[in-house]
Amino acid sequence: MSEAKLVGIVLVSHSAEVAASVVALAKGLAGGAAAVPVAPAGGTEGGGLGTSAELISAAAASVDRGAGVAVLTDLGSAVLTVKALLAEDELPEDTRLVDAPFLEGAVAAVVTASTGADLAAVEAAATEAYDYRKV
Amino acid sequence: MLDADFFRRWMTATAASVDREAERLTALDAAIGDADHGSNMRRGFTAVQAELDKETPGTPGAVLMLAGRLLISTVGGASGPLYGTLLRRTGKALGEDPEVTEDQLAEALRTGVQGVMKLGGAAAGDKTMVDALLPAVDALGDGFAAARAAAEQGAEATVPLLAHKGRASYLGERSIGHQDPGATSSALLMAALAETAEG
Repeated sequence: MSEAKLVGIVLVSHSAEVAASVVALAKGLAGGAAAVPVAPAGGTEGGGLGTSAELISAAAASVDRGAGVAVLTDLGSAVLTVKALLAEDELPEDTRLVDAPFLEGAVAAVVTASTGADLAAVEAAATEAYDYRKV
Repeated sequence: MLDADFFRRWMTATAASVDREAERLTALDAAIGDADHGSNMRRGFTAVQAELDKETPGTPGAVLMLAGRLLISTVGGASGPLYGTLLRRTGKALGEDPEVTEDQLAEALRTGVQGVMKLGGAAAGDKTMVDALLPAVDALGDGFAAARAAAEQGAEATVPLLAHKGRASYLGERSIGHQDPGATSSALLMAALAETAEG
């Protein structure tokens, strides 16, 4: 029996450390999510703070299993760069910028993807993370 | 008529101007942003220059499409996707004609500026590059020198504005009293266009 294709997830931050840590946190909290393809795209290619279109494109390609790719970003140029890449068709087919809080959305997206849910369900779960009030 | 070489020279003049003014752009950005606008723009246009030195595409549209793609991939800040979208949308609107008229360029630039406004969600008066680009596009019908002057006036007019977009918007009223770095670099782009037209 072949495994169901899982949605890929890319986490884009201005900082390489933040992106990598949120990947580790989301996978850690998601329990059996080891199979979910998640890749960080943090900072610039030179290792500084910023956004790299090349790193984003490479990360999206690396997690694409044919079930779509959900991209979560922190702010500013991370959002704009992903939008520009989508407009230029530079990301895999069925790649979506997900409107979600970065960390909470990442956890929700990874957990949902681990169940074999489709891209729309992963996107909805990540966006719903906005509704989680802390006070 | 404006051919591919005109557009190559426009990009070359912009690269030279951004390189010359990088410190000023970064100083403006240090006041209300994260102090990287000059170095980011320099990195992007240096990449554009290097690629155009290797080979110039055959049409005006293709020159701007190439420059826009390089800016998106090399700048590393919000100005990359914003300027990249400006040039790519403008290039796309110019189509595949080997030569274009000034009117065609004016119309294509307007499409490009609309692309920037859609991507960044900025309107006139938000203290962004749009505040230099929109008046420049409006003035382009009166010639390149008029567009240059309109862009410079538009950039200067951002000083008293309250930032509504980008990192500067977090500063609230403290963003008032500083000229917007993006509007300033947009004025450089329009000045380079006028310089290129003067020959």
